[in-house]
Amino acid sequence: MRVGVLALQGDFAEHLATLARLDVEATEVRKVGDLAQVDALIIPGGESTTIGKLMARYGLDEAIRARAAQGMPIYGTCAGMILLAKHIEGSDQPRLGLMDTTVRRNAFGRQIESFEADILFRPTPDCPIRGVFIRAPIVSQIGDGVDTLSELEGKIVAVQQGKLLATAFHPELTDDTRVHQYFLSLISGTL
Amino acid sequence: MTPSVSTSEQQSRYEVQKATWRTKVGLAEMLRGGVIMDVVNAEQARIAEEAGAVAVMALERVPADIRREGGVARMSDPRMIEEIMHAVTIPVMAKCRIGHFAEAMILEALGVDFIDESEVLTPADEEHHVNKHAFKTPFVCGARDLGEALRRIGEGAAMIRTKGEAGTGNIVEAVRHMRAIMKDIRRIHSAPEDELMAIAKQLQAPYDLVVEVHQTGRLPVPNFSAGGVATPADAALMMWLGAEAVFVGSGIFKSSDPERRARAIVDAVTYYRDPEVLAEISKGLGEAMPSLDVRKLAEEELMAVRGW
Repeated sequence: MRVGVLALQGDFAEHLATLARLDVEATEVRKVGDLAQVDALIIPGGESTTIGKLMARYGLDEAIRARAAQGMPIYGTCAGMILLAKHIEGSDQPRLGLMDTTVRRNAFGRQIESFEADILFRPTPDCPIRGVFIRAPIVSQIGDGVDTLSELEGKIVAVQQGKLLATAFHPELTDDTRVHQYFLSLISGTL
Repeated sequence: MTPSVSTSEQQSRYEVQKATWRTKVGLAEMLRGGVIMDVVNAEQARIAEEAGAVAVMALERVPADIRREGGVARMSDPRMIEEIMHAVTIPVMAKCRIGHFAEAMILEALGVDFIDESEVLTPADEEHHVNKHAFKTPFVCGARDLGEALRRIGEGAAMIRTKGEAGTGNIVEAVRHMRAIMKDIRRIHSAPEDELMAIAKQLQAPYDLVVEVHQTGRLPVPNFSAGGVATPADAALMMWLGAEAVFVGSGIFKSSDPERRARAIVDAVTYYRDPEVLAEISKGLGEAMPSLDVRKLAEEELMAVRGW
């Protein structure tokens, strides 16, 4: 199993480090050709407008959509959650639009409102996860096939739709590997 | 379907902390592999966002104009900063003078996403920098060498950038500063542990941060490049030398075709290891910004020497 991390912009190095800690073979994805080498994809945190534009300029949006249609698992953190969503409130920015979700960008405010909080992640209910929220989005609406995995003050901050997973927070900035492990369990089901 | 987590259960279990060291450095980490562009109005900010900038730096005059016009360069008009904040969805940074914590307090009150305590403005304190730990807003500071970088991190900077020589369109100083920082990181990383105190003394750097560099082989916060980037090739060069992202000041909006050059520099930072992409995006960009030979600048015209 080899996991790709979209390395156009953002904190892709942290995801690669987390995967290395889990002894998973991981590689950077920058071009369409890189995508053929991976069984799953992580879209990191970063600026969703920047990553979306670069994906469109270099044909990665079409290539990722094609792989997703064949069942490739994808996990998006923060910007990744925005890029996976079908609808982005008040924005026509480029996106993948793979999940039946509506997201609200910067839902908690500007950087000064960025925070950490203990949150429950439904697949690992025994112990809360330290969620790091940086200019974070929320999911404001979900379609029928979408499960809510975490909420914070009634706001949806983690969702899953089949093999697609998205969190508004950044497990890759902590030592806690449980969300990544959960994503890996989705991949093993497909291989 | 399993039932969703109940809100009441959650409220009893979470503890919220705002503006932690992790959220400050975290934002810097989210900007990695990106380009931060100087803009002087909302229209330029929108052009920068459209080109793919990860953030904009709101300021009244770009460094090239500060150089030409002279006089005291101060924090920009808060109204102009606010207009830029309203114009774009990407993070907005703004500059305060070195040591001018009252300007920094104003920028924090405005809600800017990052404060640049910048040598491009006229220093307000020739001995002390701002105590950046006292702020909720993260700070970026310039550095010419590792000692300076670690002193700024010791004061609370969540991001470091090379100073380069702003407003010159000349990459030579940014290269000098990045090479100096990376060379000392390698030296400390490979040094035996019992030499670290002597190194801290020599660099005039906090000992615990020297120990951290020794253990990790990298700066404790993201290390960006600034000061003199004018072309996609300049940006790629800085990425090769160890920069994790690039600031472009006068280089975009002082060039003949800002839209195309901005986009080309964004692409160059992502594809810096790919010469074929770089060749393609570097074609026909028009005139770069007017440039200066750093060796012909008088000592008092150098911005990089500001900061202590």
